[in-house]
Amino acid sequence: MSNTNAVNTTIYKYHPDQDGFYGPFGGAYIPEMLHANVAELQEVYLSIIQEPGFKQEFDELLRDYVGRPSPLYLAKKLSAKYNANIYLKREDLNHTGAHKINNTIGQILLAKRLKKKRIIAETGAGQHGVATATVCALMGLECFVYMGAVDIERQAPNVARMKMLGATVIPAVSGSKTLKDATNEAIRDWINNAENTHYIIGSAIGPHPYPDMVTRFQSVISEEIKWQLQQKTGKDHPDYLVACVGGGSNAAGAFYHYLHDDRVQLILAEAAGLGIDSGESAATSILGTEGIIHGCMTLLMQTDDGQIVEPYSLSAGLDYPGIGPMHAHLITSKRAKVHAATDDEAMQAVIELSKEEGIIPALETAHALAILDRLDLSKEDNVVVCLSGRGDKDLNTFITYLEERNGK
Amino acid sequence: MGNNSIREKISAANGRALNVYFTAGYPTIKSIAELIRSLEDAGADLIELGMPYSDPLADGITIQNSSKIALENGLNLKILFEHIAEARKTTSIPIIMMGYFNQLLQFGVEDFLKLAANNGVAGMIIPDLPMNIYERDYKSLFEKYDLSISFLISPMTSDERIKQADRLSSGFIYVVSQSSITGKKGEISEAQKSYFDRIESMNLKSPRLIGFGIHDRKSFDTACTYSDGAIVGSAFIRALANSEDISKTTHSFIQTIK
Ligand SMILES: Cc1ncc(COP(=O)(O)O)c(C=O)c1O
Repeated sequence: MSNTNAVNTTIYKYHPDQDGFYGPFGGAYIPEMLHANVAELQEVYLSIIQEPGFKQEFDELLRDYVGRPSPLYLAKKLSAKYNANIYLKREDLNHTGAHKINNTIGQILLAKRLKKKRIIAETGAGQHGVATATVCALMGLECFVYMGAVDIERQAPNVARMKMLGATVIPAVSGSKTLKDATNEAIRDWINNAENTHYIIGSAIGPHPYPDMVTRFQSVISEEIKWQLQQKTGKDHPDYLVACVGGGSNAAGAFYHYLHDDRVQLILAEAAGLGIDSGESAATSILGTEGIIHGCMTLLMQTDDGQIVEPYSLSAGLDYPGIGPMHAHLITSKRAKVHAATDDEAMQAVIELSKEEGIIPALETAHALAILDRLDLSKEDNVVVCLSGRGDKDLNTFITYLEERNGK
Repeated sequence: MGNNSIREKISAANGRALNVYFTAGYPTIKSIAELIRSLEDAGADLIELGMPYSDPLADGITIQNSSKIALENGLNLKILFEHIAEARKTTSIPIIMMGYFNQLLQFGVEDFLKLAANNGVAGMIIPDLPMNIYERDYKSLFEKYDLSISFLISPMTSDERIKQADRLSSGFIYVVSQSSITGKKGEISEAQKSYFDRIESMNLKSPRLIGFGIHDRKSFDTACTYSDGAIVGSAFIRALANSEDISKTTHSFIQTIK
């Protein structure tokens, strides 16, 4: 596994091929107006991110600016409750409060090498928007963030943060006014400003090379888990690796170094919203079928006529009708297993982690915690949960939920 | 029908072919056949019939909104083909269907092409279907059903890809006038003119129609001096927005352009 350049499809079957396909999923289904930009990225991304100078700058920023490595914490009370060793990979402790910044640091360094002057991004929960606004402030680049009008309301603190950081937040008012619609608007902006703009996609989605590029930037998560687990347990791998999945960037980063290690069970947690069969859900892989969304072939929620279905989740970051193509491949080839947690189950998990471990997780992250009781765990099992972000941004949602539950 | 009908029409138009886009099901489902008939009567040379999509990535707000209304009206592909069949009883203007690839994929690409051909459709425009995937997986199906395809090029498209589009397009080359989504207004700039010149000097074998931002007589005339004709879309949708009489609106709109 040491030579990551040699993409040999028979050994590395969960890495993309030359055209960005993970099995039948992936590729680049984009209008011609984006071809030059996407082709440029396809051509240069690997050589740029493997350059020693790039790697050094990336590693230094992750260490000194983001605060990496993020701790791997043995949560004792959770462990007692679930009868296994539950380790939390603390991405919530990163600068800006989530895993998203691993990717934005990488992409801003890439954008500078491509001499792009203007940065755009989409955001759901606002964590990727904040992480993009942050690196743009750091590098002095102009920043425009598209965000669904519904999400602007439910993630208000992150909107305020983006503005303080100097970014312009543009509401997306089409469709269900959430992450899918923000992504549509960002892609349209990119078409209109193709020459001077780099689009920092925030998840492991989009046309090739984005899913692989974002995954590689996020793979610092599994790289650290490896040595941290070795130190703590004497083994460099867990038995279970659990992550929530919206588009799938924190999951992809947490899985990366274990994709081809069959000793590790890969577990994804999707957002069931009000329930998988309620019609108000974002359980994409369970409800989805093969098709194209935002430039890649993957699993998505759609009608028989190929119209994309508006998803629903209380959690803005998981409220997306598609899933990254690597995950679609992992799921359909049975390498990864999916569970879905409802809004209520996720809220219970927020309350539990807050009270039991003194950590308030993001609502997205809570979906990963909420499905721990579905795993068939035994006392010796080592479980790593990717704690993708912290819950500060969700306080309003939490307070409203608790007030309603207490009958106020 | 098929490939030849489009090229014959363009060549008969003597460098001023007018291709008019409208979103099927907008303003109403009933208007589909009436619009096809009116456009033929009013002197359009080709029709680009948009299949409304929930997430039209290459389209501006006008076509987005018309698509949304068309879907709310209950249009789906099955109903659309019924209305095309109805219109075909009394019209012969070549119809080119424009849609996003996911729509064909879910319908079944071969089922779709077969129905399109059986209902007298002449060709397809699928902006997010990559040329190499078309060539590898679908070209033979298009040939089997005698349907043309027209690929897009933009100011950022390399000469090599323009040649590929020329080789693979059996309808026309869709010259996107600027790097943008649909619906921009404003005059055609010098930079655009030199891009049109560059394409013209490549001596491509396919006819070329310029589209995106063509919205009035002036922009149509300018586009025609650099190509075999032009495509008007959002401007026609905007005209339909306030229409009380589809046929009248169509006739007076075409008169303002051609
Ligand atoms: C804290 C947190 N976790 C998870 C996600 C979901 O994204 P992904 O699936 O790309 O990790 C988000 C997205 O906004 C997030 O903010």
